Amino acid sequence: MTPSLDRRAGLSRRFSRLGEPAVEWAIRLCGWSAIFFVFAIFFFVFREAAPVLFGELDLEEFFTSVNWRPDSTIRPQFGILALLAGTASVTALAMAISVPAGFGAAIFISEFCGPKAREALKIVIELLAAIPSVVWGFIGYMVLNPVIIWTTGAPIGINILNGGIILALMSVPVIMSVGEDALKAVPDAYREAALALGASRWQLTTRVLLPAAKNGLLAAALLGVGRAVGETMAVLMATGHSVQIPHGVLDPVRTLTATIAAELGETVVGGTHYRVLFVIGGLLMVMSLLVNLTADLIVNGVRGRPNT
Amino acid sequence: MSVTTFWIDLAASASMVMCSTACSAGKSRQPASTQASSGLVIRITGSDTMVNLVQAWAENYKTARPEVSVQVTGGGSGVGIADLINGTADIAAASREMKADEMTRAKTHNGMEPQEFTIALDALAVYVHKDNPLDSLSVEELSEIYGEGGRIQRWSQLGVKNSACKRDAIIRVGRQNSSGTYAYFREVVLGDKREYKLGSIDQSGSKDVVALVSRTPCAIGYSGMAFAAGGVKALKISKKKGGPMVSPTPDATISGSYAIARRLYLYTLGEPTGQTQAFLGWVLGLDGQKVVRDVGFVPVPVPGR
Repeated sequence: MTPSLDRRAGLSRRFSRLGEPAVEWAIRLCGWSAIFFVFAIFFFVFREAAPVLFGELDLEEFFTSVNWRPDSTIRPQFGILALLAGTASVTALAMAISVPAGFGAAIFISEFCGPKAREALKIVIELLAAIPSVVWGFIGYMVLNPVIIWTTGAPIGINILNGGIILALMSVPVIMSVGEDALKAVPDAYREAALALGASRWQLTTRVLLPAAKNGLLAAALLGVGRAVGETMAVLMATGHSVQIPHGVLDPVRTLTATIAAELGETVVGGTHYRVLFVIGGLLMVMSLLVNLTADLIVNGVRGRPNT
Repeated sequence: MSVTTFWIDLAASASMVMCSTACSAGKSRQPASTQASSGLVIRITGSDTMVNLVQAWAENYKTARPEVSVQVTGGGSGVGIADLINGTADIAAASREMKADEMTRAKTHNGMEPQEFTIALDALAVYVHKDNPLDSLSVEELSEIYGEGGRIQRWSQLGVKNSACKRDAIIRVGRQNSSGTYAYFREVVLGDKREYKLGSIDQSGSKDVVALVSRTPCAIGYSGMAFAAGGVKALKISKKKGGPMVSPTPDATISGSYAIARRLYLYTLGEPTGQTQAFLGWVLGLDGQKVVRDVGFVPVPVPGR
């Protein structure tokens, strides 16, 4: 053995003696740091929001008034009812489109198509998830806007329908891949038993697979909801950014996230408007926490129960 | 949760990038400079209406003073003034006057009085889609369209048949509330006591307003006269119903016969010195004012020029 090789072997031995615990610690730190960051973010948002949350903010007006006039020189009003309605309506429409589409894609990919088509479809649908949200917003603003005006006769094409379609396209990949995993997790014994009893493929899917995978599929839908509620840039561009209670899918609305994005940059740091935006941020955090928690409990429910 | 933090992260990293480039550029060029008063970088932040104008100045200033670099950022008049107060901008561009509380904050925060320079005039044009048969509006009608409790909600109420707009509804396009244009339009059209009607489509840029109106036959929108484009028509405005109808032209802006005309400002903290002073002098001089005209605004009238 040459001296240099000898040295290298020695080094690697020493590395494994000293390095392994170090790497172990680094990895451990990576894991725990996530918890630290989540709490740090919670703390930061709460700290910025607290002075108005326990002070001048009229919580009744905050939740029940449609008047969002944060910078009024006459009387600033902070009512988020219209913004909540905006977020809720766009999310609901997006889910109404993306849940059936995502589940359909998941069922087709996991049960009905051949292995080659499956690979191709999975790659392409997951590519949808890689498109930046600002590009989606741009598509809504430039492409979908005139199409909606032309087809529906709506006075303006950036509205709930536009935002809902864009958000649905963004949520489908999430719903599809989690839903497909849920269907994959159904043991093959179920399929074989159903087929042996003479069930058609459609009967197998609707009567055996969907009930068996329902918790996983629900979790998939909730993850899609989380994605849709938190999305900012695309809805800012595609929904019209207009403070009002919508009366139909062709009305423009404004969402909570878009309001923060559009206004936070211009507020006086530490001012009431700034702090109220942080209250909204906190509210969004609580909302997505609840959605994620629900999804988590459901998925754990699946794992907790023996499958066979 | 991810939304809030994302924006803060973005803002923080963006400002860090900006600072680091500004600082390093300033430092690396320092030896070549004999005037070290404010470095050789001038940072201008503010009005979205003025961002094209300030950018054009920055480019033209390169031929006059190649050693000085002018960095331009938009964001809105409010942002520019906030940056000036926080010390991250040397000059704030504003399409409205500084508010009293901003003045006070600047003074208490920095101990220096902000200085105001009127550097151009601008008329706020009211745009409709090019197929809209409407030609003119009075300020009162505008107030009824945009103001809280205003009665005008359909094109037929204005006496026109807007056949391209099937449902007859007037879609109000406006700016978001950080914009100086938004504040100025409210001041002149709605007055001190009236709020905007909720439900307008709030756009983040002057150009966006015109772009959206050009694509929406039902829409009406306000934006700077410099943003006029192919698909839209600028309405004639009368101060009173039945009064003389005036188009937003440079002459009407200077004479004051156009109702919604305003001044555009640059602000500095304290009397400008060094590079900033030289730049402001150039802006107000013949070369700078020629750029004002080229971009589509109105130069500041100088008696005897």
